[in-house]
Amino acid sequence: MSNLLVADKITKKYQSHLALNEVSIAVPGQSIFGLLGPNGAGKTSLIRIINQITGPDSGSITFEGKPLSKKHIEQIGYLPEERGLYKKMKVGEQALYLAQLKGMEKYEAKTKLKHWFEKFDIAPWWNKRIEELSKGMAQKVQFIVTVLHEPKLLILDEPFSGFDPINANLIKEEILRLRDNGATIVLSTHNMSSVEEICEHIALINQSNVVLNGAVKQIQQDFKEDIFEVTFKGNKIAFTNAMWTGAELLDSKESDGITTSTVRLLNNLKPNDLLKAILPEVEILGLREIVPTMSEIFIKKVQEKTGGNHE
Amino acid sequence: MNKTVLIIQREYLTRVQKKSFIIMSILGPLLIAALMIVPVWLATQDEDKQIIEVVDETSLFINKLEDTENLSFDYKFRSLSEAKKDLYSANTTAILFIPDVAITSPNTIQIFYKKKPSTSSMGYIKSALSNTIEDKKLQDFYKVSKDEINAIKTPVRIVSSKLKESGEEQQSGGGVAMVVAFASAIFIYFFIFLFGVQVMRGVIEEKTSRIVEVIISSVKPFQLMMGKIIGIALVALTQFLLWVVLSTALITGVSSIFADEFAAAERNKATIEQMNPDAAQLSLDKKENFIAEVKNNIEMINFPLILGCFLFYFLVGYLLYSALFAAIGSVVDQEADSQQFMMPVTIPLIFSFVIAQNVMDNPDGPLAFWTSIIPFTSPIIMMVRIPFGVQWWELALSMGLLILTFIGAVWFAAKIYRVGILMYGKKVSYKEIGKWLFYKN
Repeated sequence: MSNLLVADKITKKYQSHLALNEVSIAVPGQSIFGLLGPNGAGKTSLIRIINQITGPDSGSITFEGKPLSKKHIEQIGYLPEERGLYKKMKVGEQALYLAQLKGMEKYEAKTKLKHWFEKFDIAPWWNKRIEELSKGMAQKVQFIVTVLHEPKLLILDEPFSGFDPINANLIKEEILRLRDNGATIVLSTHNMSSVEEICEHIALINQSNVVLNGAVKQIQQDFKEDIFEVTFKGNKIAFTNAMWTGAELLDSKESDGITTSTVRLLNNLKPNDLLKAILPEVEILGLREIVPTMSEIFIKKVQEKTGGNHE
Repeated sequence: MNKTVLIIQREYLTRVQKKSFIIMSILGPLLIAALMIVPVWLATQDEDKQIIEVVDETSLFINKLEDTENLSFDYKFRSLSEAKKDLYSANTTAILFIPDVAITSPNTIQIFYKKKPSTSSMGYIKSALSNTIEDKKLQDFYKVSKDEINAIKTPVRIVSSKLKESGEEQQSGGGVAMVVAFASAIFIYFFIFLFGVQVMRGVIEEKTSRIVEVIISSVKPFQLMMGKIIGIALVALTQFLLWVVLSTALITGVSSIFADEFAAAERNKATIEQMNPDAAQLSLDKKENFIAEVKNNIEMINFPLILGCFLFYFLVGYLLYSALFAAIGSVVDQEADSQQFMMPVTIPLIFSFVIAQNVMDNPDGPLAFWTSIIPFTSPIIMMVRIPFGVQWWELALSMGLLILTFIGAVWFAAKIYRVGILMYGKKVSYKEIGKWLFYKN
């Protein structure tokens, strides 16, 4: 799949503060792209530039191979992190208004809104004011408004925040369904488990720079540290001795005579070498490779960079 | 463009449907109608008649104090202590005591009341007494007769006309002009404040509810700002029209209901006057004079010009100020923080309201001239001047400058607005705002 959105060396300065420093990302079409980074890294600045709320100082953005322009506004849906609706306005009226601002016809927008309201179980609230709704319900309305005009590109900033697990799941399924129907989604979030679950690609921004970029599976492979978890019955000391210099014991837990140990293989040894060494000593119940979670990779990458700068 | 129309529509409809708008639309005309009807109605109600017993030790004032609509004088020829004793058993409401030394030392005159005479009644009594004393002194010391005194007294009325360069004379409106001038100044002041602040509140609301980010991912900030300003301008116009229509309807309605009562009061007066033909003739003359003067005054005022100018200054003045109010709204996070930025914007507005009185006194003076040309004060001050007559070039200059300033203000406000609405949680200084003006988009 070709790239739907490409940002090339985007730089943005606010007075003395550099928000984005030659940031480049490529978002493949019909996929879910995770835009990660600690608070204040520059994610929101990048999102605002993609939404054409502000312009970059230098660099360019292409949408479907063409320079990003005002006509693309109707093909982008944006859910900002700080949610907001007119509190005094009626739910349905407000949704209609926002849909029309995105260029939809009134009648078409109304039909589609009714459909979505049914689906999200909020149809009875059509004539209520936003201030009468619970936070979760207002969030649903906002999500509907974002996706209603069926944009090619959806930018969702923390889409799961404020939802209970049931509704968070509902939103997640909708995001996957939208992807399957052809939408491309840029997801900005701090929720790393959802990144592992639904994102295919990510870019990690830290202190105005892209520090990590690529497919989630590949990144996890790249960050593997030859760590394995071995479950066995038998003498722990014998197990440790058997490993000798081939592996380093990181952690060990025992319950009901079964030991679970985490070890790191050294000297480029393979799991088979480990098995060979411990096979005579203990009864092996299981062996599995520990792949680093995105959360661990995130922390590692961010701390490495921050630490480096501070020294 | 279509999206700007959508924004205007939303701004207009949500505000017009608000309870506060509906209440204001009803209360306003009620207030205006009350202001016009109640004084007239009160004037026809003369139940508040005071009967004042005169205890005159000098015997000079017997039948010299004429009864009025609200006052009647009763001469009983008894001592003060007797009158005092009787005050609460009789239907008299006050005792006017004139001691025998009153002519040489008039400060000894006293009034004892159980119901306080109104200020105007007191004024009437005072001037009646002093006239009588003056007449008495003139007769006694200078031998001037009553008729001679009347012949000497000369009320003067000056007809003031502006002599135009063309040689044409234009009488200025006088009293009616003042009323019209003052009313339009109040209206413009009130509407600019009321609706300008609504623009600011609207911007703050969008900013604090964070909906602004969703909207400006669909439309340009400039469209959002102008949509809001124009939408609210239409709300203001609607309110104004409603007030005019409703209060006119109310006043004609109420006055037709009370027309019979008014007529009855008039007839009543006529019969009283018939019994006293001399006085009647005098008061009739006075009345005709007054009516003629008012009529004359009204004819001198160019109402189409005033209405046209009113709409112009009302709209463009509002647009100028509301653009600035929008900019203020965009740089603060909550209304409480807006004070420091409100000051410089509201000062010219309040200033022009304060000096409106001086301008009315001297509508062609340098203060009036300059403040009616300078754009920030001109919407109010020019409206004060117009009923007294201004030259065409002054009007054209003032209007032209106002339009130019309005365009400048919108440019200035738009620059601040587009940066301000995305700034959260930060106290902004004037210096910083200055920098925003030079940001490129």
